[in-house]
Amino acid sequence: MTQNARYSAGSLLTVRDLSVADVSSVLELTARLDTMPKPERAEILTGRRIALLFYESSTRTRTSFELAAKSLGATTTLVSDKSSSIEKGESLKDTGLTLRALGAECIILRHPASGAPFLLARETGLPVLNAGDGMHEHPSQALLDLRTILTRLYSAKLASSVNATTLDGVTVVITGDILHSRVARSDAMLLPRLGARVILCGPEKLLPKEAVDLGPGVEIERDFDRALRQAQVAIMLRIQRERLAGLELDIGDYIERYQLNAERQAASASDALVMHPGPMIRGMEIAGDVADGPHSAIEEQVAHGLAVRSALLVRALGESVTL
Amino acid sequence: MSDILILNGRLVDPANHVDSPRDVLLRHGRVAAVEMPGALSAVQAAETIDAAGMIVAPGLIDVHVHLREPGQTYKETIATGTAAAAAGGFTTVVAMPNTAPVNDTVAKLEWMLEAARTPSVRLFAMPAATVGSMGAQLTDFDALRKAGAVGFTDDGKPVLEDHVMRAALVAAARAEVPVSQHAEDTRLTGGCSMNAGAVAFRLGLRGMTVEAESSIVERDIRLLREIEKSEGLRPHLHVQHVSTARAMDAIRAAKQEGLHVTCEVAPHHFTLTDEAVGDYDTNAKMNPPLRVEADRATMVAALVDGTADCIATDHAPHAAHEKEQEFERAPNGITGLETALGLALRILHRGQGLSLSRIVSLMSTAPAEIVTLAGRGALAVGHLADVVIFDAGAEWRYDAKATRSKSHNTPFDGAEMLGRVKMTISEGRVVYRG
Repeated sequence: MTQNARYSAGSLLTVRDLSVADVSSVLELTARLDTMPKPERAEILTGRRIALLFYESSTRTRTSFELAAKSLGATTTLVSDKSSSIEKGESLKDTGLTLRALGAECIILRHPASGAPFLLARETGLPVLNAGDGMHEHPSQALLDLRTILTRLYSAKLASSVNATTLDGVTVVITGDILHSRVARSDAMLLPRLGARVILCGPEKLLPKEAVDLGPGVEIERDFDRALRQAQVAIMLRIQRERLAGLELDIGDYIERYQLNAERQAASASDALVMHPGPMIRGMEIAGDVADGPHSAIEEQVAHGLAVRSALLVRALGESVTL
Repeated sequence: MSDILILNGRLVDPANHVDSPRDVLLRHGRVAAVEMPGALSAVQAAETIDAAGMIVAPGLIDVHVHLREPGQTYKETIATGTAAAAAGGFTTVVAMPNTAPVNDTVAKLEWMLEAARTPSVRLFAMPAATVGSMGAQLTDFDALRKAGAVGFTDDGKPVLEDHVMRAALVAAARAEVPVSQHAEDTRLTGGCSMNAGAVAFRLGLRGMTVEAESSIVERDIRLLREIEKSEGLRPHLHVQHVSTARAMDAIRAAKQEGLHVTCEVAPHHFTLTDEAVGDYDTNAKMNPPLRVEADRATMVAALVDGTADCIATDHAPHAAHEKEQEFERAPNGITGLETALGLALRILHRGQGLSLSRIVSLMSTAPAEIVTLAGRGALAVGHLADVVIFDAGAEWRYDAKATRSKSHNTPFDGAEMLGRVKMTISEGRVVYRG
């Protein structure tokens, strides 16, 4: 384990804390849980209490964590900023301590402030799963993206373990609002460690040159078509209007240069796997027919999310699963 | 006030070009004699200190501290902040005006400087340059100067409007004090919580650019030049806590041009880089932020070559509950009075070979000159009996819990220090014994 000693083992705050062996064991656990009979699976976390603490709206992440927890037999409680004492000014620390006092054994946190999960994990001592923090990271999304890529490029069977060369020869192009994307950061810091080449693509305003320093194996290409021609996987990202903070963007020009549409797909990336972490804006970063097309793995990503998050919960609560 | 006789020490007094064994007699709050070792052996004093193996130097002077009183006494008071100053070897501190309310009138300034605040060391203050530090209307520089102001600043909030800064520089020049500027174009730093760059990008935090600092320094230097030409005045700009190589380059050029510019560097800016933010450590959050290694190295070089005039701590205490927040929400600032000497000696003296005399100059002689404190920053006969005695070779680790400050917000908890303060004497009174 490379997990930082200041945080409870089982926490997942950043993909940087996961060794390649950790990633492999999460994928292996995911595969085991996926094939396990439902009644048996429903006993793994019986009687365990998991809190979902959400300071930002979410459809996929919240629902999949909640359904994953319930499928494992755990009791869940949802606390959101709009229906709790957070509205009255309670701090993140005190909210966390309150949840711990109520018996929560693990907290799943989504928060608009980058780094908030570190604070919560330090102050509560509980395992914390980062379900997206500001513009920082979304580690469970990177793991589900990895499982999606492995399953589609190889097979379900080969998606249950990885090493540092598993993705050798695979180029993943991530396009769009990289600056504000926690998914881009987690993917770009995880996938190269398994051998992938990651090309980040977008205009300077949404993709500052510092992005290349996320780690080895990360490159920047401003020309979308040139990037796509190298891609085995194309991950498209939404423009995060809520985080633009005064940044002016010519939407028409953006669509012209960076939208993944059928014409562009046929010309430059006819075989590439198409992915999107959602929420997706059809007609903006991606054309509807591409999202619904045969190369799209967007719905599979959601399904893999449920599976991967089940494994992360079992790992967080320190349970082992044997067949 | 009783006599104090300091024997067998090595006197480091850069103003008088002394760095050699001397015995020193303090009487009635002043330096009464400085003599060759043994020459004062017949003197009877209430307290005789054996300073063998120790450095005896003019007390340290910090031109940039936040003491939080009035208004935020849960973070610090004048009494606790100056007690921390004494423990750090400081005998004089200059309080910034961003209290609640802002120190912008004679009445508020006088209240702050009253003996009833029970400061351990001598307190001076820089009142606000503009009313409420709102950047619009100048405060009454003449009246405040007469009441003891040693400079003017809207610290924390830069004076952004050209014509307001120009007027402040003109009024300060007439009052013969500096305008001390926190150089930050706040129009470029909204929502930013650390240095712009690779670390900020990785952490998903919005970053303050180099230009946000350097553009204000460059603007202020342009105003100095214009005022010298058109008004026949010679205003003094003091640039606070310089953190970027680009701003330091502008200051170097302005000095070569002959303009009256001085600047300070904070210990954290010559010791740490933005990597210290680590896992969102709010004790590594301050403004200006920790920068990259090239900037840190430039701050060190500027202190060595004299482009940087002095070291100032920007001591900025905050309560634990304020720092135990999301990084972007936590307030800027760290404490610094007790760690300044230990870091200066470790990084600049041991690390860069800067002489003890230069260290004392950066922390006492030069700051006394910047804010024109007569009788301080030197230890000649007749000067105020402000003395620090320290063991320059002592290695120790800072323990934030043991601080005299009310707050513990430091990135240097457990950090290695070089040089330990054994005694601090403020105007003839022993205010700290280590």
